[in-house]
This record gives sequence, C-alpha cells and structure tokens, in this order.
Amino acid sequence: MSSPKLTWPGRIEDGRRILRYVDALSEAAALEMARDEKVFLFGLDVDDHKSIQGSTRGLLEKFGKDRVFTTPLSEDAMTGIAIGAAMAGMRPIHVHIRMDFLMLCMNQIVNIASKARYMYGGQVKVPMVVRSIIGKSWGQGAQHSQALHSLFMHLPGMKVAAPSNAHDAKGCTIAAIRDDNPVLMMEHRLLYPTEAFVAEGAYVVPPGRSRVCRFGRDVTIVGVSNMVVEALRAAELLAEAGVSAEVIDPIWLAPLDSETIVESARRTRKVLIADNGWLNCGASAEIAARLAEALAGEGPIQIRRVGFAPTPCPPSPELENAFYPNPGTIAAAAYALAKPDAPAWTPDPARTKLAYQMQFKGPF
Amino acid sequence: MADSGVAGTMMAVDSRPPGPMPPAKPPKAKSSNVGSAKADPARLYRAVRRIRRVEEEVARIYPTDKIKSPVHLSIGQEGVAVGVCDPLEPRDAVSGTYRGHATYLAKGGDLKAMIAELFGKDTGCARGKGGSMHLVDMKANVLGCSAVVGTTVPVAAGFALAQKRLGTGAVVACFLGDGASEEGCFPETLNFAALHKLPVIFVCENNGFAIHEPLAKRWATDKLCERVRTYGIPATRFADSDTLKIRAHVAKALPKMRAGGGPIFLECLTWRWREHVGPGEDYDAGFRSKAELAKWQKKDPVLLLGRKLDKKARAAIDAEIEAEIAEAIAFAEASPWPATRELFTDVFA
Ligand SMILES: Cc1ncc(C[n+]2csc(CCOP(=O)(O)OP(=O)(O)O)c2C)c(N)n1
Ligand SMILES: [Mg+2]
Repeated sequence: MSSPKLTWPGRIEDGRRILRYVDALSEAAALEMARDEKVFLFGLDVDDHKSIQGSTRGLLEKFGKDRVFTTPLSEDAMTGIAIGAAMAGMRPIHVHIRMDFLMLCMNQIVNIASKARYMYGGQVKVPMVVRSIIGKSWGQGAQHSQALHSLFMHLPGMKVAAPSNAHDAKGCTIAAIRDDNPVLMMEHRLLYPTEAFVAEGAYVVPPGRSRVCRFGRDVTIVGVSNMVVEALRAAELLAEAGVSAEVIDPIWLAPLDSETIVESARRTRKVLIADNGWLNCGASAEIAARLAEALAGEGPIQIRRVGFAPTPCPPSPELENAFYPNPGTIAAAAYALAKPDAPAWTPDPARTKLAYQMQFKGPF
Repeated sequence: MADSGVAGTMMAVDSRPPGPMPPAKPPKAKSSNVGSAKADPARLYRAVRRIRRVEEEVARIYPTDKIKSPVHLSIGQEGVAVGVCDPLEPRDAVSGTYRGHATYLAKGGDLKAMIAELFGKDTGCARGKGGSMHLVDMKANVLGCSAVVGTTVPVAAGFALAQKRLGTGAVVACFLGDGASEEGCFPETLNFAALHKLPVIFVCENNGFAIHEPLAKRWATDKLCERVRTYGIPATRFADSDTLKIRAHVAKALPKMRAGGGPIFLECLTWRWREHVGPGEDYDAGFRSKAELAKWQKKDPVLLLGRKLDKKARAAIDAEIEAEIAEAIAFAEASPWPATRELFTDVFA
C-alpha cells in the first residue's frame, strides 16, 4: 500500500500533540488496521463524506472498500455478520451513529456475542468492537439521545468502555480492537471536538482501570462519559465554595475498577455518582452497590446519584435542560453532601453552561 | 421448480384470538363509494402546494434556531403522501416516518400543532415531547412517527390488525423509505400482514438514498416489488410518482381492502430535493448531481397539478395557504413553553 499517513497532525503545545476526540478515534482504527489485516470497519454510512461525524475520516482512502464499507439498514443481521467474522478470526469494528440503534442488535449481542465463548465451551472467541455514539445535542428527542450502557454492563462476557476524552478514546479503541472479547464503545457526540494530549503511537487504555482526574478531600465525584467533564467543571466551582472534590473517571464500565473508587470513598466518606443515563438499575446503581458492599462495617458513608430524569428525553429546550444533569446540579448535590449543615448552594448558572464545549485537556 | 401461486395455496386463517375480543363485524356500508370519488385537481394541488410551502417556511425559519429539532424535509416527495392520503377517509390511518411532515399534513394532521411542536411549545402535537421526527395526531388518525428506521412498519400493521378485529373497515397506510425495507421487521411484517389479510397499504417512498448511500450499495437487486409479491401481496411500481396515478390506484384498491382483501404494496420512485436532515441542499457533497434534481423537478407534483388549474384559481389557493401558514407560525411563536413539571407527565398512562 502506498502509505497515506495514519496519524493526524493535531496541534502542538509544549512540544506535545493535542488532538480532538473524533480524530483520536479514527487514528486508533487506522493504526490497528495497518498493524493487523484482520481488522475491518463497517456499519451504516462509515464511508460517506460525513464519515460518522468525522470519526471514520480517512479510513476508506487508507484501507479501501473491502475493509471500510457501509451496509444495508439491517443492524440485527449485520451484528451477526460481525460475530461470524470474529469467530473466523477477523476483528470487525461495527459502527453505529446512535446508541439507540443498538436496540436492533440486542439479540445478537446478548444471545450470541457475549456468551459464545462460554456456551461453546471455550472453543471460539468473538473479538469484535461495537462503536456507538450518544447523540445528545439539542432537540434530539427520545430516540436519538439515549445512553444505554447499563444494558450492556449487565452481560457477563461483554466489556464496555466509555471514554471521556481524546486520550482515552484512542487508548480504549485500541484496547477494544486487541481484546479477544466483544467490546462495546460508548462515545459521546458532544465530546468529539474536545481536545487532549494524545501520543502519536499506538497505546492502550486497558479494561478495568479507573483514573483519578482530580484529587480532593471532602467528596468523591464519579463521572461517567461526558459527566466526567461536567464533574470537573463542578469541582472547580465547588473549590470556590470551599469544597475540595475528588473526581474519578471509571473509563471502563465493564470490567469496572471499583477499587479506585472505594479507596477514594474510604477517605472522603461521601460519594456522588454522576451518570449520563437513568439511575434505575444503571451504572450509578452498580457503583453504589459496590461501594456499600466494600465499605460495609467501616463506618458511615453517604452516597448520592444524579443522572437523567426518570423520563424519556424531550426535545423542548426547557424540558431538555431539566432532563439532564449539568455542572450546576452536580456541584449543588456534591456541596449538600460535603456540607450537610450549611444552607443549600447552587453555582451561578451562567458559569455552569460552557462545560460541554470547553476544551478538555485533562491531567494526562 | 414450480412457483406456487401464492393466493391459490394460501390457507384460510382464523386470525381471531381466543380472548374476549369482539367478533369481527362486517365493514360499514359507507365505504363503498369512496374508491370511485373523483380526483379533484384543485384539492390535490392545494394539498401538495401547502406541504411544499410549509416545509419551505420550516427551512427558512430553521437557521434562527427557533426550531430546535432535526428536520427531514419531504420537499419534492409531496405527491406520494397526497396521492395515497387523498382518497382515504377520516377513519383510515397513516403511519409515517421521521420524514413525516408530508404524511402528517396530507392525512389532516393539525398544522398549528405541527409548527408548535417544531418550536417545542406546549401547544405542539406532542406537547414539545416529540419534535419533528415524532409528529402525531390521533384525532386525524396520524399514528406517531419514529426516528428509528423501520420501527413503525409492524406497528402500523398492528393497528390494522385491530381495525380488522374491531370491524371498522378502516385501512392503514404505512409509509416507509427504501432504507427501511432493509430492516428485518419489514419482510416479517409483510409476511404477517399477508397471512392475516390485514388492511395495510404499504407505501415505499423510494428516493434512491438512505442518507447518502445509494441503492446500489445496499440492494443486491432492485426488484423490490418482486420480493414483495412472493408474499402474495399485489405490488405496483410508480416510476415517476405521479400524484393522480397513485391516487387512482389507492382509490380503486380501497373497497376490496375494506372488505378483507388484504394488503397492497406501492413502490413510489421519488427524489428528495434537500439534504437528508436540515434545511439545505447537498449537491456539493459529490454523491448526487444537480442534473438529476433538474430531471425530477420536471415531475414536480406542485408544478404538474398546478398546470391543471387556471392562473386565478391557483392564485386564490396560494393566498389561502400563505395566510394559513402565517397564522400557524404566529400561533407557534405566541404559544407558551411547557411548564418544567411537564417533564414528568405522561411517562405512564
Ligand atoms: C434503525 C436505524 N438505523 C439507522 C438509522 C440512521 N438513519 C436515519 S435515516 C436513515 C436512512 C433511511 O433511509 P430511507 O428509509 O430510505 O428514508 P429516507 O431518509 O430516504 O426518507 C438512516 C440510516 C436510524 N435512524 N435507525
Ligand atoms: Mg430513501
């Protein structure tokens, strides 16, 4: 192959490269596809000029239409196709522009992909990656904005990654491709333009390791996906109000490294879990349960959760604002945990608004 | 290998459940003259022109961010919705897609409530909880639209199953795109609808693309009607989606369908003039050409039906439409936002 460049230029700051989340995703796929001929990428619209909001940009040109191709609108069957190819030793990446569409893949994922290894007595493996994007932006409504990670966390045999920044987007994607099991990637559309330092070569952000993004004393905030970004903003505002918040990004939801969260909770005794999904039986419920189990008998611990309102997502702007947690609601809930005797405090709404668009560089 | 004539070998199916459903009643007599009702060029022109102008106004307003909901415009495709819906009665239902403005309006969905829905207002047809992709007006028998492609196809057939059981004589027109025909639920529904002789008019608006992907990258052959016929469903292709031809076909089929004749299928070749989603065009993206647009603009239903009227009649209709649209936009603008507590209502019935 006449080799078009696999990596994106990004921009250089302090001698290090800064890259957008969206470019990190395609760079990860490009590096792995160049390394391993068995990797291929398919799914509705991966090869068109919009290239899944840019996240598959350049791959068709680099690897050709046998390895980068669109499909009919047949998500159920296409998931089975990925499973079959994976069983034969290929490493398919199946891409969905909205996580909501994974509901059409559920039978194949739940009943075959996640349990083939076990059910077939260890004779096969299913090394496939399912990439999906939370479509949140204004007005997407009930069926184009959902975050359904907990459905997949429920399954033995399934791994789930929810990278919150460009560095992890690349490292999780590479780890997912190299993993011998089915891996669900939950990306977030609003994170696509956010930037972080991203090394040029291949590296993995391995399953089962959380990251402490910010150290603090008074309260632990666990954020899932974009809620990490919002929790970091909340932590800045909390600092101004005299509360020192520790922020943890689990990165991988399955396998979940709850040890790091437990260690933090052991010090702060106060944990707020901010999920970008519903609370019922959600990631936050799992994290809370693990904390309760691990810390039972060690003295009082307080746990609170924020997430979607227990309703479908409405498109009308006011209702939509009330539906989602934001840095203000996270900060207010964390403050109430940290200072139960102080009067309730909510940060100035004007200062909580920009978090989605804020460029996130992270401490790494 | 003999190709068994499907109709001949079809077994008689008693589709009634053992439960307490009422026994099937014979269809109401009123239905019989519907199919013969004359096509009225003025009414048809009014319908296509009204949809066109509503969507042009939506596109005009869109960049102001007053409509915070992804819009999938039907501009260019109006003749299909109008041709199918014009001969329908109020008791008949339509099931549309996220590209559903035309279907909604053609079946008599409330215009003010539609614009208010796009604006996210409390007076919207879904009270600000649906948006452009989920238009609904159950009073006019416009079943809600879905943004997950194909999902409404079996739902429409289920609605038709109920009509059959309840003996209403009503039919359901089920609109779907060419892309939707690739989802498993489409052939699954065809099979069931044919098996149970459900009163469904399946209408595939084949505009040649699913987002930017042409048929050639999605279909092994383009013999969609042939595929459908293997289920024993009469299938007809309308190569230029002429409104009058589609209308005549549906009008003729209705009496038999109301009497239990089973589903029919229409494949209507058409063309979306604008981009997949949003108010603009996409001819600079390189996947389809303006020359093709020009070809389809010669078959513009607004143009063709307009020619059947004299200038004065047309102008009068146009003026009425403009006034109605202006009123609907003013209504949406003046309408209140839903109260924040509305977030929590209607989660359960
Ligand atoms: C199940 C599902 N898969 C993918 C999508 C993304 N998507 C939205 S519209 C569309 C194309 C549908 O094409 P078609 O059915 O021909 O309808 P058209 O937009 O041309 O009217 C796709 C792939 C979706 N909404 N739902
Ligand atoms: Mg289409």
